[in-house]
Parts: sequence; C-alpha cells; structure tokens
Amino acid sequence: MLKAVLKKILNLIPTLLGVSVLAFLLIRLVPGDPIMLLLGERGADPQMYAEMKRTMGLDRSLLHQYFTFLSNVLRGDFGYSIVSKRPVLTEFLDRFPATLELGIMAMTFAITLGIPFGIIAAVKRNTIFDYSLMGAGLVGYSMPIFWWGLMLIIVFSVKLGWTPVSGRIDVLYEIERHTGLLLIDSWMSPDGGFAAFKSALSHLILPALAMGTIPLAVVARMTRSSMLEVLGEDYIRTARAKGLPYVRVVIVHALRNAMVPIITILGLLFGSIITGAILTEMIFSWPGIGKWIVFSINARDYPVIQGGVVMIASLVILTNTIVDVLYLWANPRMRQ
Amino acid sequence: METNQQKELSPFREFWHSFAQNRGAVIGLAVLTFFIAIGIFSPLLAPYSPSQLFEGTYRLPPAFTSGGNIKFFLGTDDVGRDILSRLIYGTSLSLGVGLMVVVVSLISGTILGLLAGYFEKHVDSTIMRLTDIIMALPSTLLAIVVAAILGPGLVNAVWAVSIVAIPNYIRLVRALVMAEKKRAYVTAAHAYGAGHIRIMLSEILPNCTAPIIVQATLGLSEGILNAAALGFLGLGAQPPTPEWGTMLADARPFMESSPWMVTFPGLSILLVVLALNLVGDGLRDALDPRLKK
Repeated sequence: MLKAVLKKILNLIPTLLGVSVLAFLLIRLVPGDPIMLLLGERGADPQMYAEMKRTMGLDRSLLHQYFTFLSNVLRGDFGYSIVSKRPVLTEFLDRFPATLELGIMAMTFAITLGIPFGIIAAVKRNTIFDYSLMGAGLVGYSMPIFWWGLMLIIVFSVKLGWTPVSGRIDVLYEIERHTGLLLIDSWMSPDGGFAAFKSALSHLILPALAMGTIPLAVVARMTRSSMLEVLGEDYIRTARAKGLPYVRVVIVHALRNAMVPIITILGLLFGSIITGAILTEMIFSWPGIGKWIVFSINARDYPVIQGGVVMIASLVILTNTIVDVLYLWANPRMRQ
Repeated sequence: METNQQKELSPFREFWHSFAQNRGAVIGLAVLTFFIAIGIFSPLLAPYSPSQLFEGTYRLPPAFTSGGNIKFFLGTDDVGRDILSRLIYGTSLSLGVGLMVVVVSLISGTILGLLAGYFEKHVDSTIMRLTDIIMALPSTLLAIVVAAILGPGLVNAVWAVSIVAIPNYIRLVRALVMAEKKRAYVTAAHAYGAGHIRIMLSEILPNCTAPIIVQATLGLSEGILNAAALGFLGLGAQPPTPEWGTMLADARPFMESSPWMVTFPGLSILLVVLALNLVGDGLRDALDPRLKK
C-alpha cells in the first residue's frame, strides 16, 4: 500500500514539471509584446524598454528564464498581475474560496439527487421511472451549461423573481472574511446573521444548479449501471431469500458494494469542477477563479494566466492523485 | 476489406439490426439527419439571408406568441435579422466545426495512440506523459488559453478544441493496440516479415475501428459543445457570423426583455448534442459487444 502510494506521489513530479513547462511556453507563444503592454506609451523610449526587459529577465536565455520561473514558483512567487499590480498568488487565494463554495454546492446537489435517481432507475429497471430518469439524465449530460445558466436566470430570476441574477451576496451586507466561504462567514458576521446567510444562499442556488447539472447526470447514470451490476449478484438473492426487507437490501447490501465506481467518478468530477466553474462564473458574474482567468486572458495579463494555469493544473493533478490513493485504500484488490 | 463471417446477414445489416433495437438511437439518428439536411440545404430552406436587416422589426417575438409576425417564425434579433434564417445558416457552421475537430483530433490522436501502444517503453511514456499534462488542464481552460494565443476566430477555435480532444483518442487507441498486439494474427504478420508501419496500419488498426467510431461520435458532440462555448466567450466565431454560440453571446444583453433570442440558439445546440449522444450510445451497444452488459 505504502509503496503504491509513494509511486503515485513520485509520478506527480514529472507531470507537475511538464505543466510548468507548458504554462511557461504557452505564454511565450502569445502574440504581442508583454513589455509594451506593461509600459504602454512609455515603451517607445528605447532606454526604458531595455531596462524593463532586464528587470523582467526577458533578456536572458529561454532556459534561464524557465528556471527562474520554476524556482520562484517553488517558493510560492508567481509574479505580479499586470492589471492589479498585486501578487498572483494573493489574487488566486482571494478568489479560490468563491469557486470552492460553488463547487461544493454543485457537487452536493449532484450527489444528493444523482445517487437516489440512479438507485430508483436501477431498482425500477425498464419502467417508466427508469426511462424518464435516464432520458432526463441524457438531456442533462448533453446540456450546454452556458445556455442552461441563462435559461435558469430567465425563468427563476427574471420571470419568477425568486433569486438574484448575479453576484455572491446582496451589496447591503459587508461580510468580514474569515473562511472566504460566504455561507459560513455570513453567519459569523455581526450585522449579517440569518438574513445575510439567506442572501448568500439565494445567490448560490442558481449557479450551483447550473454547474451541478452535468455531474448530476453523470452520477445518476453511473449509480444506475453500478447498481444494476450489483443487484444481479448472488448475495443480493441470498439477502432477499432470508426475508430481509427490499429497501434494506438495496440500501445496505447493494449500495455499499456499488459505491466504489461511484466514488471514482466523483473524484474525477471534482477534478473537472474548474471546467464547469469557468462557464458558470462567466454567466452569473461569480467572483471566482474561472471568471478571473477569462478576464485575465482577455486583458492579456500574462503573469496571471501563467500562474493561474500552473495552480489550477496542480490542483487538478493533486485531487486526482488523492482520489487514486483513496481508491487504493478502499479497494485492496487494486493494490498490486 | 475481408469478411469471413458465415452468417446470413451482411455486416452492415447485422449492425443495423442491433442498432435499430435501441429506440433512442434511432430517434437520435433521425434528429441528426434532419439537422444535416438543414445544414446542406440551408440556402434553400432559410426564408432570408442571415445578414439581411429588416428595419422597424427589432426584437420581434416568435410568431406563435402574442405580438409575433408570421413572416419571422422565431422572431428577430436586436438589429432586425430573422432568427430562424440565422439558425438555419448556423447549422452547417456548428456541424462543420464539430466535424473538423473530429478529423483533426481523430487523426493525430490515433497516430499517437498507435505509436504509444505499439512501441511501448520510451515512446509510450513520452506520449502518455504529454497526455497526462494536457489532461491536467481543465478542457475549457486549455481551449480558451489556446484560442487566446491563436486569436479569436472560427478556424482557431477548431484547433483549440481539437487539442483538447486529442488525449481521449490517444488513450483509447493505445489501450486497444496493447490488447490487439498480443493476438496471433499480429505474430503471424511479424513472422511473415511485415514491417511495423504495415502491421500498425493494415493489421491492428482495422481491428480497432468500432470503439474509435463510438469515440468519434461522442467527440463530435463534445467538439460542437466546446466550439459553441468558445463562441459564447467571444473567442470563437466572431459576430456577425451566425454561429450558435456567438449568437447566444450577442443575445445575452437582451435576455431579460427578449428571452427568445437566447432560447433558440441554445436549444439547437442542445438538440444536436443530445442526438449525437443518443447515436453514440446506440453505436456503442451495436458495435462493441464487449461493452454490452
């Protein structure tokens, strides 16, 4: 077990290095001169131009530039944003909780509905329940979420007026930052309390719904097929023959054994949260990582794009490795 | 192609027989055929040109709602263009982009997957490490970064979305090749003196086609979805191109007062993607008996 885990961790190193090379090279492929972008009109002065080039290290060889970049990154220094002049890492950490909160909410939605839907579809196989749930699942799976988000806004915010259109919380509230997760911080805030919490929650519902739709469909489909496999096993028949109530057999005997593939899928979905976050955050003006990256790309804020790509990719790789390790731990047969 | 099947049905008839048992797949195929027909015959089917401006008919609601005009069945947009005509012209763009993405990613992914699976060792570990790196970047993020580097535009969007799709083919083809390589017919070809390229292309590859076709169908739907997402983010086709994702982005400022402007382009994307996924599921069941439970 320990050996397998160590091997996984060692495997991380070349992949992470590769990501840093990719991020480093991608930025250098972008058309346009970053020095001119930084200096603006002052870049016309050749002396200032040369000086800036030297301070940014752009006069060195590409290899030298890369190793400087790498050693800075390893010390947590991702450079400064051209737009805000603040450290990229600080900018990232400022916005990450918003994405995390949205992601957790979306996954909660996907899991709490997806698993029961999958179980019902499996137990009621080839009935109208199965067909309609799996039909809806396929629609959800095919959903262009950038459109789905807009439709949710049109129906629930514009027509019904139930939820706000965008943002994280009503501008009324000034919430002191403790965890960065507004659902928690709003409770702790002195002038907030329940009203602030309600405001934060109502802002969160639609984006989470939009972002959770595809994971919901994936979880439901996976749960169904995994349950169908398990329900055909002998021990289920034995449990039934013993006269145990059906619900107990399904929940205790079948679901527990069907969970391994479901957990794997969940892990992979956690890794794909950022993908959903980019589009969802753009639609709902959610101040998280996804919106930040898209804005930085439009503003050609190279340090942010470079640092953001490294941080996001590392996060995805780490999550996947943790899932792999958990999988090994839960599944002794896989350890060889 | 040699077929040594002794059955009464031809391979195609046999395939169709099992494909047609899946009602969803047949419906999906019908919807898909409908869209392909629209794409091919768009100049004949569209009532107007996609760029024709009708003065005084700005943001007209669809004909079947109050205030609509039968001349503009799905209404008009903010500068008085007929939405139905734009959607019809956009069909060939979306399908074409998806097809281009599949061609580019399928060819490059299959070649790399063949090499990785066939040669193993260094070739394999190099290719798979690159694949791991690309897969570590969330697909939308990678696509927008690549699109930003290449500059916005429909053709560049094809490249961006293709790069994102390549790892899927590499992993699939590699796994297939590794399994096929151990079969007796490959050993026989070796003994016969066939070269590596010949074995890869004319012995192994033909035996891997079924799963690749399934993956290509799903890749088509993913390509259409991702290209539309780039269009929506302003990095794909540029206005006034009637690409569905771009139309959505254009319509977004008016979504509160004129929701039909956002409804129909997105609905078209959903229908095409849904149809492709249905066909993909059906193909998988019909072509790949191993996956059938």
